[in-house]
Amino acid sequence: MGAAEFLFLLAGLKWTLFLVAIAFAGGTVAGLGVALARTSGIGVLQRTTAGYIALFQGTPLLMQLFVVYYGLALIGLKLDAWAAVAVGFTLHASAFLGEIWRGSIEAVPWGQIEAARALNLRYATRMRHVILPQALRISMPATIGFLVQLLKGTSLAAIVGFTELARAGSIVSNQIFQPLLVFAIVGALYFALCWPLSILGSRMERRLAAATR
Amino acid sequence: MNYKLDFQPVIDGLPQLLGGCLGTLGLAAGGMVLAVVIGIGGVVLRESPVPALRWAVIGFVELIRNTPFLVQIYFIFFALPLAGLRLDPTPTAILALGINGGAYAIEIIRGGVQAIGKGQIEAGLALALHRLQVFRLIVLKPALRAIYPSLVSQFILLTLTTSVASAVSAYELTSVAQRIESDSFRSFEIYGTITLLYFVMSWLLMRLFGVIQSHYLSYPVK
Repeated sequence: MGAAEFLFLLAGLKWTLFLVAIAFAGGTVAGLGVALARTSGIGVLQRTTAGYIALFQGTPLLMQLFVVYYGLALIGLKLDAWAAVAVGFTLHASAFLGEIWRGSIEAVPWGQIEAARALNLRYATRMRHVILPQALRISMPATIGFLVQLLKGTSLAAIVGFTELARAGSIVSNQIFQPLLVFAIVGALYFALCWPLSILGSRMERRLAAATR
Repeated sequence: MNYKLDFQPVIDGLPQLLGGCLGTLGLAAGGMVLAVVIGIGGVVLRESPVPALRWAVIGFVELIRNTPFLVQIYFIFFALPLAGLRLDPTPTAILALGINGGAYAIEIIRGGVQAIGKGQIEAGLALALHRLQVFRLIVLKPALRAIYPSLVSQFILLTLTTSVASAVSAYELTSVAQRIESDSFRSFEIYGTITLLYFVMSWLLMRLFGVIQSHYLSYPVK
């Protein structure tokens, strides 16, 4: 494998990172909405978002990408593979982050909400200044865990035909006929991204466990 | 937009799709069994007094958990023939699913084993039980109760992951759907339908594991 092939892999890596960034950013905004709707106490909203979450948790990510990819074309949105995949991952992330943050919001002690209410804080103020900051701290290990999942998940964009790291690997492997070497390098690149995050996540988890004991 | 949904190819392909469902469940079942075997073996090695073995297991778990399944299955797919092992895509996929699930199972099972009080294990040893007897009688069943929910969600995840095995053209639902799609070009109808089929399968599995739990793992009611 020469320098040109390795640079091609790195170009794929760049798209992987880009995809993760978009999905995580979009998923954060939409996921917060899902989490708030899920904990809103309004029946219709709670049931709808519960169904939304169950749908994404009960079907393969690959199918979600396929359905979004072809579904967008169906409703007349002519998006290129890149945009369609980004939308797919964003929806996926919003469901999973929404569920993680629902758990974290509910894990904030009830007394906090009562106290905020007793101080006559409105819903928005209560959430922004009392509940969400505490929920954020609780959610960090799981959120980082999901970020790792998402990073690995972006490899499935390769099957839909988007050239990110995994697909760049397939292409190079077909060119130089050294699949083991190529996929070992691709695996090592993913590992180099995911492992530090995993370590950070488990360190946060230990610290949180020690703080709440 | 003037696209008309046409489910005829899906209806015509229903027998193949249901066959694909069985293929998926077969892959999942094989993967689960292998994952548990690797999980238990891994925990035994992980708790062994030999540092090299412990580190090998830690390295394996970290490596598998921090790389995508797609890359793993490609690697195994190409590595097996070089190791002199000619396997069809379907057994290869089961192997990959088992190895992937096994790494997660090691962590889950280890958590359960650690939840068993050290005093209970010491009591077992003091009663002159062999290490293996202690493991089987004192550690296993209570640990199984503790880890069952996490293990089940890992199994569901494994079942959903089988769709990635279509990348090496193993026999399962996604690859069956891809064949029908390439004949009919009714992509949305077909993938929408099988997404629903996956949803039903994961729901049924969840129910099945719930029944198993209430029969074998719940505490006896007085």
